[in-house]
Amino acid sequence: MRPIIRVEDLSKLYYLGGSGAAYSTLRETVMDVARKPLRYLRGNNNSQTLWALKDVSFEVLPGDVVGIIGRNGAGKSTLLKVLSRIVEPTTGRVELYGRVASLLEVGTGFHPELTGRENIYLNGSILGMTRREIERKFDEIVAFAEVEKFIDTPVKRYSSGMYVRLAFAVAAHLEPEILVVDEVLAVGDAVFQKKCLGRMRDVASMGRTVIFVSHNMAAVSSLCSKAMVLWQGKVEFPLGSVEAAVQQYLSQVHKITKMKLAERTDRQGDGRVRIKDFATFDGQGNELEYLATGQEVDFRIYYSSAETNVQNVSVAVGITSNSGGFVSMLSNEVAGGTFESIARDGYFTCKIKKLPLMPGNYTAGLIIRSNDVIVDWIQQAVTIVVEPGDFYGTGRMPPPTHSGVLLEQEWTLNGSK
Amino acid sequence: MKQTAPQTIPVATTISAENSQAPGKNFQLPEEPLVVIQSSSRWNLINLKDIWAYRELLFFLTWRDVKVRYKQTILGAAWAILQPLFMMIIFTIFFGRLAAVGSSGIPYPLFALAGLVPWTFFSNTITASGNSLVGSAHLITKVYFPRLIVPAAAMMAGLVDFVLAFLLLAGLMIYYRVTLTMQVLFLPALVLLTALFGLGVGTWMSALNVKYRDVRFALPFLIQLWLCVSSVILPSSAVPEKYRWILMFNPMSGIIEGYRSALFGLPFDWPAIGVAAVLTIAMLFYSVYSFGKAERSFADII
Repeated sequence: MRPIIRVEDLSKLYYLGGSGAAYSTLRETVMDVARKPLRYLRGNNNSQTLWALKDVSFEVLPGDVVGIIGRNGAGKSTLLKVLSRIVEPTTGRVELYGRVASLLEVGTGFHPELTGRENIYLNGSILGMTRREIERKFDEIVAFAEVEKFIDTPVKRYSSGMYVRLAFAVAAHLEPEILVVDEVLAVGDAVFQKKCLGRMRDVASMGRTVIFVSHNMAAVSSLCSKAMVLWQGKVEFPLGSVEAAVQQYLSQVHKITKMKLAERTDRQGDGRVRIKDFATFDGQGNELEYLATGQEVDFRIYYSSAETNVQNVSVAVGITSNSGGFVSMLSNEVAGGTFESIARDGYFTCKIKKLPLMPGNYTAGLIIRSNDVIVDWIQQAVTIVVEPGDFYGTGRMPPPTHSGVLLEQEWTLNGSK
Repeated sequence: MKQTAPQTIPVATTISAENSQAPGKNFQLPEEPLVVIQSSSRWNLINLKDIWAYRELLFFLTWRDVKVRYKQTILGAAWAILQPLFMMIIFTIFFGRLAAVGSSGIPYPLFALAGLVPWTFFSNTITASGNSLVGSAHLITKVYFPRLIVPAAAMMAGLVDFVLAFLLLAGLMIYYRVTLTMQVLFLPALVLLTALFGLGVGTWMSALNVKYRDVRFALPFLIQLWLCVSSVILPSSAVPEKYRWILMFNPMSGIIEGYRSALFGLPFDWPAIGVAAVLTIAMLFYSVYSFGKAERSFADII
């Protein structure tokens, strides 16, 4: 079978900072020209470049549902933008043998002043539907979005749930040969998400080709027939089995979480405070390599600060399970209060009296903010391994298939112990 | 416990499976790719086939602009008429007597309005399309369509206002008992020329606006100045003969005088209109070129 999408040596170069500024005023340009001779003398031209994609090649067969996975900044979004013709590649080429519809966002071009009915037509035509196509599917779209009663109300009066449902409903009724989707499933309530996933599966089962980007490994595993892993703009794992790709991705995450936090460069924030290390201890202060369910645990985040007096500091640990779902957010801001000011070096401790995590591997991101400004943020900073433990003091655990978190519980019969 | 909501999925699916022209399993791949994506030349922007394929989007964007423009206003679309009407009254009060000499026997209010209606169309077009690309950033970074549709839709929405304002002009012509001549048949060509020149300047402005946000502030000022040299207030014959050739470089002057000739049966200044047409085409080519350049860097940076 011939491929429906052929990508050959695709590369995309971005200029960061310097001359590539988003926009400027005449004054700045005049200043720039004045400064230029100096810049030549100094011999640095002040603009960094970044290969967001580098020599990416792959072929997709008709009917394939391809998952593209990778960490933030791996080039997934750039690849989708190139496939959607929003940005042009620097070199290389893509051949598309079918009509493409891309969903990088739901509700593109929705106008708050227009009614639901009007927005269906506007949004539909922006996504590439013809007027007759929209007319034909109109009732179906309205029914899917469950907004029959409000169809002639301006969407600015919609609840956010209704808005998202309507927006997705329009997108869900596109009938291109190739559908390019970017994490739109992250919107809406659980029931609606399920509906969206169902719809995507239908699209795939009708023999259409789908390219799907997501952080949600569970969604990729259940939806895709093939997957590919990108890493710093390059293909790390070529298009192949989904399980193998997910494994590759997880080991990649694991590998990077093994790096010393102080040496990590994939961090954001103004850098006034730097996270140096992360460690876990039991209640007696012994350092732990593995945690156990039900155990008392101290999470310690070591930092050092460039300034003597960083104020109003909030620290958070975001825990994600390796199947992709967010599990919990530990934050001094919500659980106690921010630290008024911190010394130059030290550590934050977060004590969990009884660890409610089921056995398994977790990834945690760490973030420090001062007066609501991000000073240091490392996504997927560390791996946390949880071993089975005796949470309930009964020696028993729920079956691993019914995993999630463990809650303290107390049972009675007819209201008495 | 069963959730009820997911049960609606099969319903929606069966309907769409029935009436879809789904490619299905026996979908035939075309021999040649439908789309080839690669680093291209700027002139790709004038992909007329592509623009034709998206003509319905042009319609919907125009319709949106018209629909949204007068929301939350009390007078609504009457603004399209009030703008030139008030300008005409002000011009008549200040310049009425001054212009009596040159306006070839046409009552000054009619003379002024015949210039103001196309002028308002032109100035609204360059303002709206000049800001259109920056204003549509959310669309451009999320979905593909021929970008030239954005300033074109802004121009088309201006055309709707132009038609409304033209009704006022027609009313005034009836009031002054103007008799039409065959020359009125040139009117559609003049409207086309106004629209294309407005689109040319507006598209160029929208491209400049991407790089230099000064455009937004400079444009209203530029329009004021331009009005003074476009034969709207005074006829071009009021300019001393020695300097009149300079007006030729302003297509709007020739075009506006053309409207008066067509409506009031005055002789056409063919050289002025010819130069205006040539400049319009040159402007369009240049603006499409600079637009292509700007639009690309625009999507790249965001």
